[in-house]
Amino acid sequence: MPSRKPPGQLPRTAVISGSQVTMPGLAVSAGAQALTVISFGGASGDAMQQAYYGPFQESTGVNLTPGDYNGELSRIRAMVETGNVSWDLVEMESPELVRGCFEGLFEPIDWGRLGLGNELIDSAFDECGVGTFVWSTVLAYDADALDTPPTSWADFWDVEQFPGTRGLRRGAKYTLEFALMADGVPADEVYEVLESPEGVDRAFAKLDEIKEHIQWWEAGAQPPQWLVAGDVVMTSSYNGRIAAAQEEGSNLEIVWNESIYDLDYWAIVAGSEYVDEAYDFIIFASQPENQAAYSSLIPYGPVHPDAIAQLDEEQARRMPTHEENMEGALAVDTAFWVDYGEELEQRFNAWAAR
Amino acid sequence: MTTTIAASQPPSRPAGTLKAQLRRAERLRKWKAFGLVAPLALFLIVVFVMPIGSMLWRSVDNTELESVMPLTTAGLQRWDGTGLPDESTMASFAAELRDSRQGGGLGRIGRRLNYEDTQYRSLLMRTLRGLPASLEGDADWTTTLIEIDEAWGETATWLGIQRAAPPTTDRYLLASVDLERGDTGQIQRIGEGDRLYQAVFQRTLVIAGGVTLICLALGFPLAYLLATLPAKTSNLLMILVLLPFWTSLLVRTAAWIILLQSNGLVNQSLMATGVIDSPLQLVFNRIGVFFAMVHILLPFMVLPLYSVMKGISPSYQRAAVSLGAHPFAAFWQVYVPQTISGIAAGTILVFIMALGYYITPALVGGPADQMVSYYVAYYTNSTNNWGMAAALGSILLVVTLMLYLVYHRLVNRKQMIRH
Repeated sequence: MPSRKPPGQLPRTAVISGSQVTMPGLAVSAGAQALTVISFGGASGDAMQQAYYGPFQESTGVNLTPGDYNGELSRIRAMVETGNVSWDLVEMESPELVRGCFEGLFEPIDWGRLGLGNELIDSAFDECGVGTFVWSTVLAYDADALDTPPTSWADFWDVEQFPGTRGLRRGAKYTLEFALMADGVPADEVYEVLESPEGVDRAFAKLDEIKEHIQWWEAGAQPPQWLVAGDVVMTSSYNGRIAAAQEEGSNLEIVWNESIYDLDYWAIVAGSEYVDEAYDFIIFASQPENQAAYSSLIPYGPVHPDAIAQLDEEQARRMPTHEENMEGALAVDTAFWVDYGEELEQRFNAWAAR
Repeated sequence: MTTTIAASQPPSRPAGTLKAQLRRAERLRKWKAFGLVAPLALFLIVVFVMPIGSMLWRSVDNTELESVMPLTTAGLQRWDGTGLPDESTMASFAAELRDSRQGGGLGRIGRRLNYEDTQYRSLLMRTLRGLPASLEGDADWTTTLIEIDEAWGETATWLGIQRAAPPTTDRYLLASVDLERGDTGQIQRIGEGDRLYQAVFQRTLVIAGGVTLICLALGFPLAYLLATLPAKTSNLLMILVLLPFWTSLLVRTAAWIILLQSNGLVNQSLMATGVIDSPLQLVFNRIGVFFAMVHILLPFMVLPLYSVMKGISPSYQRAAVSLGAHPFAAFWQVYVPQTISGIAAGTILVFIMALGYYITPALVGGPADQMVSYYVAYYTNSTNNWGMAAALGSILLVVTLMLYLVYHRLVNRKQMIRH
């Protein structure tokens, strides 16, 4: 791997032998290195800046260059394939993480070195990634517009009791799971059913029932906007977006039952020059107090169970990882979507275009 | 220059030298011209021709397996496809699979094999974990592999790898037009539920063609007005054409969403005036796509038309009318033929730009309004299937070139008739 260090920079050994800042449980080399951390930006990126980037720089003296992107793996693939790696640590969604890990785009995580033991929730452990927060796709509705609140996806499908347009994400992922749950499949059996061709047919048949009532969204900002504008009576949405709209004063409600949750991960790009600093950052960002700081800024659930205890009750209730909210919720089966995603998305596109 | 030199030569010299000198001077001029063009030509080759070439190549490139597993692919190409491959192929497969972890080779073959069957990625992972470092005693790789996973004892598993082995493939190009190769290698249509891209190409052409026609219908009278009005008024109107033209595409697309949504300005004013009772669905469907695309592409029609119309003298039309032609006939038979080159430039510009539209339909269209570029971006960014993205792009490029040639001939013939 060709070095991308600027010519004037000291070799790493020289830097480490210099000043050392010690934090509880980790030793961090201080110096002029710039660790490039790439996140999804937006409100979440701002929260990361406040909760992670700034404090990390302050306490370790490591220079950190933040950046953002849209989650596309192709950029990272091109970097690794050309040996021109300028990103060190990236926030990844789970399917891209698994796909990229398999393709050798990320450094495998040395869990012993992180020293996190079994502190994090189970799904935070991945071959190439360390979970950082939990987000959820939920059923949301405008409490002002509906007299009886819906409680499940079966209600979402019930166009007689709840007339009006519905919003769903344009794509097979989540949509097929919701359809099966609406058809009476228990959350923990959804992926089993989806793995068989009959199960997929069943999901599409269920979707046929309300096809004409659906307005498809693509950007996360659309569902709350449509709810507030009255374009749709209920919609699937990312929980953080609904929370943001609630803060702005809209009377939107979340149905946590049968929601689908997923994690975002930190992954180290293969061939990064700053692997040590990246590990230090991951350790820093996994500490409960820092996780709590992040989650208090944006309602995405911390992966460290202790962090939730540090939030006040009202905030904790808005987290997908809150005990009550986890009840009846379904974890995205990443392996399933990595293997079958392309096929199912094509079928979804063909179906939706008819 | 040449003449002065020639004139100063003594008359006794043979005419051949004069010709040679002329040729030399011509050649010099040619070289000069070439030298002036060379930087641009080089630039175009480096940033345009070569990337497009490599993109076209990606659509048939199938070297993943061969580059990671050269011995296995060679062994599989010798295999007749019945029973199981021979022991030496199995052995080299095991060895090459173990080495594939380095440099992302495993990822490349896993991605490629998963296109054949979605089971391969996990099968490879399982096998890799169970693979012994070396064999003990009289064991052989065939039985070892089958012990790790039964799938290796099935002919179909190896047939799938054999299908993925040749260095080039037509699978992406076939898949881009809803075709595939069956078990015996014959080309067949894919299952009805999965057919998509023929419809997508058709839709792309329909949308681009529709937008072009609407732009022409709206742009022609506007350009005519602009060209015939006195400069003071027409300049003012021109600003109304140019101002949106200078505004960012995203801003204008977002503005259309706000205007056209259920309780947007358009629906509200229609309802307030009593034209309709309930809001019309104007956005997230084909209507929204046409509104937004026509708005964005209209200047590309108006400007070429305007520049051509500006140069047409009004006296021809006046002459026709004074000779007794009906004003409309004078317009249709005298004026319009003179604008053909403007119409040609405008329509081809709008049509080709519309063919590649991606963001606007993605934002204001529904699932049934997505054009080819949407799927190219999808395969490039989301699924990392660059072969499929390249194939869709290549087909779009070929279709565009063919349409352009047909169009070019039609326009040229029209102009020939006129002369």
